[in-house]
Amino acid sequence: MKGEALLKLENVKAYYKMGKYHVKAVDGVSFEILDGEVVGIVGESGCGKSTLANVIIMNIMRPLILLGGKIVMKVNGADVEISSMGREEAKRKIWGKEITVIPQSAMNALMPTIKLERFIRDIAKSHEIDGDGLVKKAKVRFKEVGLDEECLSRYPFELSGGMKQRAVIAIASLLNPQLLIADEPTSALDVVNQKVFLKVLMQLKRQGVIRSIIFISHDIATVRQIATRMIIMYAGKIVEIALIEDILKNPLHPYTKGLFNSVLTPEPEIKKRGITTIPGAPPNLIDPPKGCRFHPRCSYRKPICEKEEPKLIEVEPGRKVACFLYGG
Amino acid sequence: MAKLVVKNLTKVYSLGFFSRKYIEAVRNISFEVDEGEIISLVGESGSGKTTTAKIILRLLPPTSGDVFIDGVNIWKDITDQESLKELRRKVHAVFQDPFASYNPFYPVERTLWQAINLLREKPGKEEAQEIIREALFKVGLDPKDILGKYPHQISGGQKQRIMIARCWILKPSLIIADEPTSMIDASSRGGIIELLEELREEQKTSIIFITHDLGLAYYISDRILVMKDGKIVEEGKPDDIIVKPSHEYTKVLVESIPKLYRKLEDI
Repeated sequence: MKGEALLKLENVKAYYKMGKYHVKAVDGVSFEILDGEVVGIVGESGCGKSTLANVIIMNIMRPLILLGGKIVMKVNGADVEISSMGREEAKRKIWGKEITVIPQSAMNALMPTIKLERFIRDIAKSHEIDGDGLVKKAKVRFKEVGLDEECLSRYPFELSGGMKQRAVIAIASLLNPQLLIADEPTSALDVVNQKVFLKVLMQLKRQGVIRSIIFISHDIATVRQIATRMIIMYAGKIVEIALIEDILKNPLHPYTKGLFNSVLTPEPEIKKRGITTIPGAPPNLIDPPKGCRFHPRCSYRKPICEKEEPKLIEVEPGRKVACFLYGG
Repeated sequence: MAKLVVKNLTKVYSLGFFSRKYIEAVRNISFEVDEGEIISLVGESGSGKTTTAKIILRLLPPTSGDVFIDGVNIWKDITDQESLKELRRKVHAVFQDPFASYNPFYPVERTLWQAINLLREKPGKEEAQEIIREALFKVGLDPKDILGKYPHQISGGQKQRIMIARCWILKPSLIIADEPTSMIDASSRGGIIELLEELREEQKTSIIFITHDLGLAYYISDRILVMKDGKIVEEGKPDDIIVKPSHEYTKVLVESIPKLYRKLEDI
């Protein structure tokens, strides 16, 4: 049902265990993805965005470990707790069927030594479904994303970067998953191909092939093009969640402000506004700063920020911020 | 007088051993850069931007055409080591990959010492150390954090800042920055841009940005040249190029760029 929660994360913690140390990549993250929405997850490199994508589908392998929290998804009206499955179980029951991920290096996700058709037959085999049927479906899907069906009889190296990316979306959405997670899908494409990619993604959503999208990126301007809501992450935590119009008009968290002010797009507003930088660098997640993790770089910091951690609280309907300036 | 004059520059790469194949990377381009002017060469990968930059840096010989810096034809008039050194003092490059600009086996300040050695009047050891320290302060780095460190111990943004510190030591009159911000985090990009602008304000340095990032070009340049297939297809003030592009290619480019305050129409 549109508007209902499709996926729910509650206080999810996933660390990388490196000997004695823990890299706290995802540390107490809670949010919901509603049916039919496109959510952008934005943050700098190393803030835990990609780890989060892996955790959602339980693609958890050492040194990454899930320490706590719940991930629940609605499948045919029933709640399915993904976080209680093992990796193998999630692979069979969830991957591709309910949630699909387009990883950062999607262009290299195809098998270089086999033709695309064989690749699709292998997928059919691992999901125990009819291979011919899936190839037939793939032909239709390939046309929908603007690829010739003849591409199926090619090797990956015979396709350009943009074509490979489209082939990957076509294949990833073959089993009509409810949720598609795209992890920095456009960072290796030039602007013209980027736009084609976004178009294909939204077209699949309009056709009802996929229901919701999580779009992970460091590029706010790209996220802004398709997302209805935005989640801002910093050092393994969520600092702000807001509707796209609200956050554009008035970013609340100091980090969000800094991030928006460092965006450089060819627009007169940007030139007028000027460009600012956030001083310092993101913290080491083995030993993140006490209190608010952003406080060493924050120009609004108060004594309390160094001691206590702000909670993510609702400041307006549908808008959450984790900052003492807003009551945190 | 124009700082840099590029006249009818052409570069043809030939490929293959038996059957020669020719690729015209740069086709008969001409432009000028004034003192203290910032221009951007914009275009997609393969449009000939970097080839142009390499020829201006005297790293790659042109097939035909001339490059004049301060009236000196850098490919015809420079014959001895001394005048080549003079050119290296005058023209400085900041490259895309800050990792590749450093030798991983030496501490990072080695690149700064190399700059000191290029100076016309070599300072004494202590004076040189003072110059290095000053240059690092100038680019917003604390010498304590940098001196004695190896390239893998500092961040990409810091490495790029050290490259600009080199510019403060040598005070070149022309800087060629080839995608200087594409490999560093967005939150530190603004700082690099500001440093280059400061250099222009204080030293009257001319800067050529080579970039595919129209946002950067629009923000920083006095003039934008759009390259496509080795040719300059459009040239003008940033506001004209972005607001009313005239060439078909520029139009497609400007339209496809995701913007913050505008939604792309047809997605």
